Amino acid sequence: MSERQIQLEVLRYNPETDSEPRYQSYSVPCLNEWVVLDALNYVKDNLDPTLSYRWSCHMAVCGSCGMMINGEPKLACKAFIHEYTDQIRVDPLANFPIERDLVTVVEDFIAKLSSVKPYLIPKEDKPISAGEFKQTPVELKKFKQYTLCINCMLCYAACPQYGLVPEFLGPAAIALAHRYNQDSRDGGRDERQEVIASDEGVWECSFVGACSEVCPKHVDPAGALQQVKVASTIDWYKEHLMPWMKK
Amino acid sequence: MNKPYVRSLSKTGWFLTQPRYKRYMAREVTCLFIFAYTFLLIWGLKRLAEGPDAFQGFLNALHSPLGVLFNLAVLIAAVYHSTSWFNVTPQAMPIMRGEEFVPGNIIVGAHYAVWAVVSLIVLILGV
Repeated sequence: MSERQIQLEVLRYNPETDSEPRYQSYSVPCLNEWVVLDALNYVKDNLDPTLSYRWSCHMAVCGSCGMMINGEPKLACKAFIHEYTDQIRVDPLANFPIERDLVTVVEDFIAKLSSVKPYLIPKEDKPISAGEFKQTPVELKKFKQYTLCINCMLCYAACPQYGLVPEFLGPAAIALAHRYNQDSRDGGRDERQEVIASDEGVWECSFVGACSEVCPKHVDPAGALQQVKVASTIDWYKEHLMPWMKK
Repeated sequence: MNKPYVRSLSKTGWFLTQPRYKRYMAREVTCLFIFAYTFLLIWGLKRLAEGPDAFQGFLNALHSPLGVLFNLAVLIAAVYHSTSWFNVTPQAMPIMRGEEFVPGNIIVGAHYAVWAVVSLIVLILGV
């Protein structure tokens, strides 16, 4: 196993003592198989126990370790050292306030995610005894890619529109709303439309497409947003030009 | 202690920070050329309404080096603008046939095909 000395430049910010963030450099002996998260764990365990960052699963499932690696939104557990030179710069996820070091304040995203009701709202109440809500593989295929979202917020860090207009609902929240809207078992579209078809919803999106490029789970939030725009436009025409046609 | 540090995005220079933002801006900026061309067409209509001499002057202006250069610039911008939009259509309009999604390159290809046919018709009508 080959080892390489990597200079890890990490943005540090301590709210108790610092007025603004600063970079701190660590020299880390990295194995070639390591990911950036391993290097951070090495720092934490051997060089500087005060370094703060979030992580949990180490296998690109929990979505906790999103950060900017050389300016690109990445999961630290999926960013392999062998893909980088001997100097790696690590910043907290862009477009989010810094709580401490690499830990960001994510309440804004959590609130936006809740606002789109990202859960099944059945068309009609059914007693448990009536059995499950059935779905065919084709019906599932229609939205399956969106179910892979792990709420890692890399898409928000990549989205300049979210950076410029913090009120924007953002890629993941709208993609998840679209996921449930597309679900054959769901009847909650009207409730979600109120939020996602508003000015701060899809219409704030200008289709930069960066969200889909950085998604570690290959979800296509940009595509979902454009589909919501198309569907909302059709709604508008139906409502204004063909009022006799109910949605 | 909570004292979050807010980093703000430069309102004017943000698109210079990433190649993908530059590509996006290039796509957006090309629409200004198309915008300018619509003015040229309206100007042409105005000259046409003013009579044959005025319209001939307009046509002469189009054939001047500056006119040709302008048309060439608009053509390049319009091609870039159109192709960049064509290439993202599968994201906005996924089509399911039976149990499968229609492959993206077919959706994109259909746009190019329609473009080619329309261009051909315009060319034939023009000649």
